[in-house]
Amino acid sequence: MAAGTMMEPMTMAAADESAAQEFSSIVATHRPQIFRFLLASTRDPDLAETLTQDCFLKAHRNWASFRGESSAMTWLMRIAINLQKDHWRNRRMQFWRQTRTNAVDVDEASDWLPSHESSAEARLLAREQVAQVWRAVKGLSGRQRTVFLLRHVEEMELAEIAQATGLSEGTVKAHLSRALARVRAELGGKR
Amino acid sequence: MNSPKDFEDGRQERERLAEAAAEDAQLEKALQSFRLSVHAWSEAELSRPRTATVAVRHWNWRLATGWALGCVLVIGGASGAVFERHQRQVEQARIAAERDAAHQRELAAEKARMDADQLLAKVNSDVSRSVPDAMEPLAQLMYDDGNQ
Repeated sequence: MAAGTMMEPMTMAAADESAAQEFSSIVATHRPQIFRFLLASTRDPDLAETLTQDCFLKAHRNWASFRGESSAMTWLMRIAINLQKDHWRNRRMQFWRQTRTNAVDVDEASDWLPSHESSAEARLLAREQVAQVWRAVKGLSGRQRTVFLLRHVEEMELAEIAQATGLSEGTVKAHLSRALARVRAELGGKR
Repeated sequence: MNSPKDFEDGRQERERLAEAAAEDAQLEKALQSFRLSVHAWSEAELSRPRTATVAVRHWNWRLATGWALGCVLVIGGASGAVFERHQRQVEQARIAAERDAAHQRELAAEKARMDADQLLAKVNSDVSRSVPDAMEPLAQLMYDDGNQ
């Protein structure tokens, strides 16, 4: 009996330690992806960093309620999307509090180029194409932008995007189709 | 055997498909460049050391400005309401004074008319009493004839 009462707190402490280690591993694995999505959504590195921290703080608080019905990445992405939506909603409601934004300009965002382009001409062409895609992304609605970035930057499957956004797969496809049409038009395509 | 028209249609269809394929390839290339660009930017930002800046002072300025603006709005609104109310009261007092003055004028006119009527009645009465004096001799004669 005495051994049982001594063992129980030790087991709970061990479980807590195990959960903490598991969560640390989740943070280390998924933080870059969450930050990247938020950076692409906001074009503001400081805001993306803040929202990423908020995302993992919220995830830590609710870690016990995560049942593993979806992947941890999808669950975290859902939290990040909701935080981002809340941020813009609050900003609209409290417009007198925050008057300046640190969002990077579209042309400045295009300065980051894939390093594998060999010639100067190829780099220039790639830069122009990236700028055109950024311009198209800037003109998308919030949902279209989220779906587009999850598909074409994070390379998530449609089913995962549907889980992360809380939309049906059909709606995800429709948003993606409209977003691609906009990108295509920006690139000068006729279709 | 294909006719020249079929041959031409086939050629146009092939050109259209080739054009669409080129557009798709361009789109695919642009999306790939965009993806790699965002990844490169994100990695650079993640590896960049961050410095925390104290934003309290900015916040205080914003707070003070917000409060000042709010106070100005409230005071302005209240002053406007008080001024409007005062103006309305002045206007109502002016209308009441005009109404009283008109009433007084009507009463004065009525009184003047009544005074004139009373004066006329008094004159008539005086005249009616003074006229018989002038007829007294005739009356006396008639009285004397009756006695005789």
